[in-house]
Amino acid sequence: MSDLSMANNTSTKAFDVERIRRDFPILAQEVNGKPLVYLDNGASAQKPTAVLDAMDRYYREMHSNVHRGAHTLGDRATAAFEGAREAVRSFVNAPSTREIIWTRGTTEAINLVANGLAPRLKEGDEILVSHMEHHANIVPWQMVAERTGAKVVPVQVTPEGELDLDSFNSLLNERTRILAITHVSNVLGTVNPIAALIKQAKNQGVLTLIDGAQAVPHFKPDVQALDCDFYVFSSHKLFGPTGIGVLYGRAELLEQMPPYQGGGEMIERVSFERTTWNVLPYKFEAGTPAIAEAVGLAAAIRYLDSLDRKAMEAAENALLARANELVEAVPGMEIIGTAANKVPVMSFKIAGLHPSDIGTLLDQQGIAIRTGHHCAMPLMNFYGVPGTARASFAFYNTLEEVEQLFAGLQKIQRLFT
Amino acid sequence: MTASKQLFLDNPLGQKTTLEDVLDAFEFLDDWEDRYAFIIDLGKQLPEFPDEARIEENYVHGCQSQVWVIHQHDEDSGKLFLLIDSDAMIVRGLAAIILVALNAKSPRELLATDIDELFEQLDLMRHISPTRGNGLRAMVGKIRDIAAAEAAA
Repeated sequence: MSDLSMANNTSTKAFDVERIRRDFPILAQEVNGKPLVYLDNGASAQKPTAVLDAMDRYYREMHSNVHRGAHTLGDRATAAFEGAREAVRSFVNAPSTREIIWTRGTTEAINLVANGLAPRLKEGDEILVSHMEHHANIVPWQMVAERTGAKVVPVQVTPEGELDLDSFNSLLNERTRILAITHVSNVLGTVNPIAALIKQAKNQGVLTLIDGAQAVPHFKPDVQALDCDFYVFSSHKLFGPTGIGVLYGRAELLEQMPPYQGGGEMIERVSFERTTWNVLPYKFEAGTPAIAEAVGLAAAIRYLDSLDRKAMEAAENALLARANELVEAVPGMEIIGTAANKVPVMSFKIAGLHPSDIGTLLDQQGIAIRTGHHCAMPLMNFYGVPGTARASFAFYNTLEEVEQLFAGLQKIQRLFT
Repeated sequence: MTASKQLFLDNPLGQKTTLEDVLDAFEFLDDWEDRYAFIIDLGKQLPEFPDEARIEENYVHGCQSQVWVIHQHDEDSGKLFLLIDSDAMIVRGLAAIILVALNAKSPRELLATDIDELFEQLDLMRHISPTRGNGLRAMVGKIRDIAAAEAAA
């Protein structure tokens, strides 16, 4: 076994991770008597003080319902809420805030689009997804397919965990109406070449939805450069609060889509004879929205904007590189997903150990990872595993934590021998 | 029930290996590594599980690992005999602790046994709590359902 305590050359000098960690108060605690090592960021990321403070301040100083306009607090809340929409618009570089719809999360955003596009689908039409999708980007399409007679067709994945482009090319055909694909795989960490895929789909008049849930914690998407029709993500993986997510959609398409839910806010006029819809984005935002959460998400985005993106990406790459170096220190360990272009996510299996054993025994050592099927059962079937263990890193993780993970895995192996 | 009666009778857990054995051993285990090494070892005492019993009817849902439970109610002794299988080592070990407490008892005795109290005593409560997705609670639920059905029969 290689020596884990061996000094390593850090390439992250520009990025003061210890200072960054102080911005995330939850990280400074012990779990099971050991310092917490949080490596389950792919499931949900932790929140900086800036987010907690923004939400606290919102409730203490500004809270009221939005868009009612009769009093000062209402104006403050509306300004904060719409300011948050602008922060998100800027984050994804959308042309207009009309194209930024608040949802409960990625899942709801995909359901909204699937329902909205259903009237365009008929028997024999195809919805192209991939084998590496999260269930949230499979099941809503299956439900719509059931209703319309369309078919959900998966693009194959290579053994390394990259999208099989031959499979993509052969499956994208004249029956394809929608391409719904993930930007980054939650299991494999693979960054898909979506710009090229979108371009090909566009050339055939195919609509495109990109699941950005696992991408946005690591880099900023540019929906205009990508030229996608829809881009969706969740706040809680982007260091913001739970309960809110984002749908970016091209205005022209959003205008044509029917509302998703009926209620207050989404209407222009209601009568028993005829009800008309509100303008974008409100047409898709029935009911009182998650105002404090929107404010919190905007604070997360502003916090991320205050960091050096380049240094952050270099630090994340260094975490993944160190993890890859240490794999050989654990006999029988195998990485699932070795794409050339990937974010710092490491799914793995260890011969003779069930993922749940790994998760339980790492938790004893204060190390939090995810185990199971990761809501990607088709991918688990492809790799012939019941599930995997997954360590997913964020920019606030340290090289020492990566080493602790591997020391923890070695300790577990000793228990079984 | 397709498994042979002998397989059930030969299960050491709750018979040769008693609850006292486990409680005594636990007293001398100081750190988590020793405790889990012991749990893993205990799991090795689970008798081989008959392949033909790995069917839906015996499957315990809600587990990350695959878990099966089968039983045989011995008319002569009135005892309920249990076999459990899992593909995860820690779950096997925790199942063994459950069997040490619940196996080879009458259904009524089984239903009167407080597993939560035992897990609390062993400081393993987190494993059986409803928040943990390992299915231990579902496993215990299934065993208690079996016992209740047999007690009523």
